[in-house]
Amino acid sequence: MKKTNRIKTIETRDLSKSGCGECQTSCQSACKTSCVANQKCENK
Amino acid sequence: MIHQYKLNGYNIVIDTASGAVHSVDDVAYDAISMFENSTREEITDALLKKYSDEPDVTREEINDLLDDIQYLKDEKKLFTKDIYEGQAFNLKMHNPVVKALCLHVSHACNLNCEYCFAAQGKYHGQSALMSFEVGKQALDFLIANSGTRTNLEVDFFGGEPLLNFDVVKQLVEYARSVEKDHGKNFRFTLTTNGVLIDDDVIDFCNKECHNVVLSLDGRKEIHDAKRPTPSGGGSYDLILPKFRKLVEARDGKGYYMRGTFTHANTDFTNDIFHMADLGFTELSMEPVVCKPEEPYALTEEDLPVLLEQYEILAKEMIRRRKAGNGFTFYHYMIDLKAGPCIYKRISGCGSGTEYMAVTPTGDLYPCHQFVGDKNYLMGNVFDGVTNEDIRSQFAACNVYSREECKNCWARLYCSGGCAANSYHATGSINGVYKYGCELFKKRMECAIMMEVAKEDE
Repeated sequence: MKKTNRIKTIETRDLSKSGCGECQTSCQSACKTSCVANQKCENK
Repeated sequence: MIHQYKLNGYNIVIDTASGAVHSVDDVAYDAISMFENSTREEITDALLKKYSDEPDVTREEINDLLDDIQYLKDEKKLFTKDIYEGQAFNLKMHNPVVKALCLHVSHACNLNCEYCFAAQGKYHGQSALMSFEVGKQALDFLIANSGTRTNLEVDFFGGEPLLNFDVVKQLVEYARSVEKDHGKNFRFTLTTNGVLIDDDVIDFCNKECHNVVLSLDGRKEIHDAKRPTPSGGGSYDLILPKFRKLVEARDGKGYYMRGTFTHANTDFTNDIFHMADLGFTELSMEPVVCKPEEPYALTEEDLPVLLEQYEILAKEMIRRRKAGNGFTFYHYMIDLKAGPCIYKRISGCGSGTEYMAVTPTGDLYPCHQFVGDKNYLMGNVFDGVTNEDIRSQFAACNVYSREECKNCWARLYCSGGCAANSYHATGSINGVYKYGCELFKKRMECAIMMEVAKEDE
């Protein structure tokens, strides 16, 4: 537990705790030129 | 490794390897910046001196704060060690499946866009349309090479794909007729300039297309200057009503307005706001990809302007969201809680391995931006991948194959970036397109700041 209120930790996916390969290929989304951060995990 | 930055009144700390994000006050921001290279006593003295006029910054409070930082480090949410490099190499070689194709159903176009990377849709070759037979073989190739993958993706691309709309419809019909037998789920997307959109196209898109990408550069004068018809007239007035009708018919979902900005409109946020003011809410605006000698190429002098534009965009998006008329920007759509897994982040977009482009004659390339470059011809849909060397090159191309990326805080957000951009900028797919890196890092800082701001709302 933190002792102060000076650090607020935002809830994020822990990358060390995972691939199924079912997520959408980055380049099929929108940009086609400057492409993975904004991809969605299909299985969460 | 951590990354600290201040933006829009927020102090943000990103822990690169774990993906953790922290919003901190000024005292914690300074303490974290000193934590790994100073003793507790040195940090305490420095903070007491700097914040001497703040009564709540006491020796005891700083001691508790340093305990908090150590706690987060122990929990692997700060200064986390990167343990992924050993997993990166050969990751894609262990499971070489193809799950997405960019189908170039048309190497022809009915617009004459100045900045077209595909040389007015012909990819430096002859005009051509894909036959149903080639397209069917491409779909069969995809099914046969997709292993256990269920979701298969096909983007109808060009040139202008609607110049070959009958074949597009036939290919979708064929895919739907065989997908269940093979345990697959096809997701189709269409990238179009909009000229040929009619009721038939709209009905087809609403029934079959998971996503539709609509090319619009924003303000009329900007769009018309870069995207003229073959006779030289503007295309804005021709396509805008068609785009509006299509988007309305899709209930405003499953589409992106996709613009390109160039040296001519480094104030590109005004083009994004223009599209938002037109009522479009799913927006994407990309920097032009071209040779540096082109008159519309982005310059080094443009870079600080562009970085500021991304900040202006983020702040305005927050303002509009609070006002109830928000819109989305593709590069700011990150999901911190359910984003991509570490394997996806290591391996990147999948070009040349999971993702390939198919020309009208059936040739295979690593992605649409390599089409026409014979050095990157991988094979064809009839014989499959015959140049395994290219596939191996792309399989080994990841965030850890570039020395510069290993020390970058954004490496697990960009995954090493676009291989085609690297190739065109440096001559190697393992090179680093530094201009693109700067833009990407700013976009990530803005996107994460917006997520932090959401927590405050």
